[in-house]
Amino acid sequence: MLVIKDLHAKVGDRKVLDGLNLEVPAGEVHAIMGPNGSGKSTLAYTLAGRPGYEVTAGSVSYQGRDLLALAPEERAQAGLFLGFQYPVEIPGVNNVYLLKAALNAARKHRGEAEVDAFEFLTLVREKMKVMQMDEAFLSRGVNEGFSGGEKKRNEILQMLVLEPSLALLDETDSGLDIDALKVVANGVNTLRSPTRAIVLVTHYQRLLDYIQPDRVHVLARGRIIRSGGPELARELEARGYDWVLNEAA
Amino acid sequence: MSQNAEIQNAEIHDVIGRGYQHGFVTDIESESLPPGLDEDVVRAISRIKREPAFLTEWRLRAFRHWKTLSEPVWAHVHVNPIDYQDISYYSAPKTKKDGPKSLEEVDPKLLETYEKLGVPLHERARLAGVAVDAVFDSVSVATTFKDRLEKAGVIFCPFSDAVQRHPELLEQHLGSVVPYTDNFYACLNSAVFSDGSFVYIPKGVRCPMELSTYFRINAAKTGQFERTLIVADEGSHVSYLEGCTAPMRDENQLHAAVVELIAMADAQIKYSTVQNWYPGDENGVGGIYNFVTKRGECRGRNSRISWTQVETGSAITWKYPSCVLRGDNSVGEFYSVALANHRQQADTGTKMIHIGANTRSTIVSKGISAGRGQNTYRGLVKILPTATGARNFTQCDSLLMGAGCGAHTFPYVEVKNPSATVEHEASTSRISEDQLFYCLQRGISEEDAVNMIVNGFCKSVFKELPMEFAVEAQNLLAVSLEGSVG
Ligand SMILES: Nc1ncnc2c1ncn2[C@@H]1O[C@H](COP(=O)(O)OP(=O)(O)OP(=O)(O)O)[C@@H](O)[C@H]1O
Ligand SMILES: [Mg+2]
Repeated sequence: MLVIKDLHAKVGDRKVLDGLNLEVPAGEVHAIMGPNGSGKSTLAYTLAGRPGYEVTAGSVSYQGRDLLALAPEERAQAGLFLGFQYPVEIPGVNNVYLLKAALNAARKHRGEAEVDAFEFLTLVREKMKVMQMDEAFLSRGVNEGFSGGEKKRNEILQMLVLEPSLALLDETDSGLDIDALKVVANGVNTLRSPTRAIVLVTHYQRLLDYIQPDRVHVLARGRIIRSGGPELARELEARGYDWVLNEAA
Repeated sequence: MSQNAEIQNAEIHDVIGRGYQHGFVTDIESESLPPGLDEDVVRAISRIKREPAFLTEWRLRAFRHWKTLSEPVWAHVHVNPIDYQDISYYSAPKTKKDGPKSLEEVDPKLLETYEKLGVPLHERARLAGVAVDAVFDSVSVATTFKDRLEKAGVIFCPFSDAVQRHPELLEQHLGSVVPYTDNFYACLNSAVFSDGSFVYIPKGVRCPMELSTYFRINAAKTGQFERTLIVADEGSHVSYLEGCTAPMRDENQLHAAVVELIAMADAQIKYSTVQNWYPGDENGVGGIYNFVTKRGECRGRNSRISWTQVETGSAITWKYPSCVLRGDNSVGEFYSVALANHRQQADTGTKMIHIGANTRSTIVSKGISAGRGQNTYRGLVKILPTATGARNFTQCDSLLMGAGCGAHTFPYVEVKNPSATVEHEASTSRISEDQLFYCLQRGISEEDAVNMIVNGFCKSVFKELPMEFAVEAQNLLAVSLEGSVG
């Protein structure tokens, strides 16, 4: 699904990713952990094609294609979804309107007709139930005045509607209360399938209690310095990052 | 709302990728007065229209006054000098002598033009349910839905018909809100206005449908000077829509209209405009000079006048739809979206004059500047000593797209009664990279994303428009912003 080789990237003048290698096969859930400022969000943004994030070396293949050759909206249309660490507010633009535009963009890309209005509402309502969101959120502006936790739920709602092949979820668990964490985890789990891959960026083991990862990676100093199974996350939780950093140094 | 959004979505997609769409010229014979302006021309216009003496005299007084005036210079716009002797003050499609009486009599080419414009002259057309008075160059060519309106007692007719059939109403109200002495352009209009619409809603009547006028400048080298007068008698309601387009021409054309609204006690007038005159090309060649005086008077208690405007066209827009809040408890509202792209200049805003006690006014202005456009909000809130308990709320937001454009805000406030409350909020923003990227990451193209964000910015104004117009307004915005991204 996703093969990253020796990726170097800079933001502005700052080199953030420094020879990062990562492989995420279809059907798997990978967790990326790492100290603040280590480059986790940068990796997510770089994969999503955010302007200002410049790849200076390396390659990324997504479903066998050269991901880096695609424009950001093409990456999204091709099934790459980024759940933002800080979802932005777009005042006056209906949540449901954005959602529909996004779905139709993906459908158009696949050569399908625009979604029928009734079908669409049925789909959205069903997903909102999964996310335990009130329908009132549909007619509000995108993330406008949403609480931190509501914004995160909204990200997962969008993901469920768009059904991406590769989901990069950047700290979707931060800012969630305990019940919301379960709801979000449940939402993510419904998306798990042999044809999809999910990358979770997180600081905490508790998310991984609900979403069992196949692999756990430690990102530090712009590269993956250690990879392991679910037990690695528990070890990090218990011991912090110093020992990994020291061993890698 | 979601339904609304869906339609908007579909239509926005439809129009992206098109330029100014109304730039065609209709090839019909027209009868014009030769260019030039003197008392004889004023008399000739009045004679062609077989006007009663009071009107001829009024025009002449206006003309004599106009000669003493010079063009205003305070607006934040650059105007190429206008040669008033080089304009033809009357141009009419050549038709049977007395003009068209019904749709069948209207020149098919004209009807075709309106069809291209999407004006529902035929009663089964898109906006079915809207009565339309269409003004082509200087004359009104057809008014639809006459029967239904007549049954309700509503008068909705071309201004020149009203002159013949309701001279007493005109004599009573014409110039009572905008006197010919008001300003240079209003004065010129008073001397030479050719046609326009007249509306009278009798006491207690709720107008059974939206009324609508479409203005179109076709002939070259003509100015368009319409006058609209709407009188809403006690307890009546009316919603009126105005749309405008013009062909693409290299020279600037002058449009100097006057709109007067009168709301008696407990009456409500809602006046919506979607202005899409030809804006000129990317380099600022050609385009309409839109110098318009619009004012409404809430004459009676508890009356209400709302102006909603979406100004996307014209090379220069100079217009300040205003409310004189004379009646106690009367309400004035102004909702505006003004866009200036390429070399367009928009200087627009409103005046709210509070005279009566407990009068309230709301101003919401959304200015969008792109390319090298210059957008100015100019507003006056004036609370007179008699306006005890008056309140105003003003919100003025500017959105900038690109580095070459400008937004300017001039809010003037004069409060002469200490019990008044005046609130002002203002903001200037750019479309943020974050918002744009968020949309891109959801698979939405940059152009669609910009339209979406801009439409979101304008939402509080668009929601004041009648549904059909809201869709049209969004389309226009999309077309007008084309190519301004990146
Ligand atoms: N626009 C920028 N200009 C300069 N430096 C930047 C810019 N954006 C990010 N950085 C820097 O790049 C580094 C990596 O940032 P990034 O947001 O990827 O970290 P992170 O691993 O996601 O951290 P956190 O766990 O706190 O979210 C940080 O040191 C950050 O300050
Ligand atoms: Mg981060």
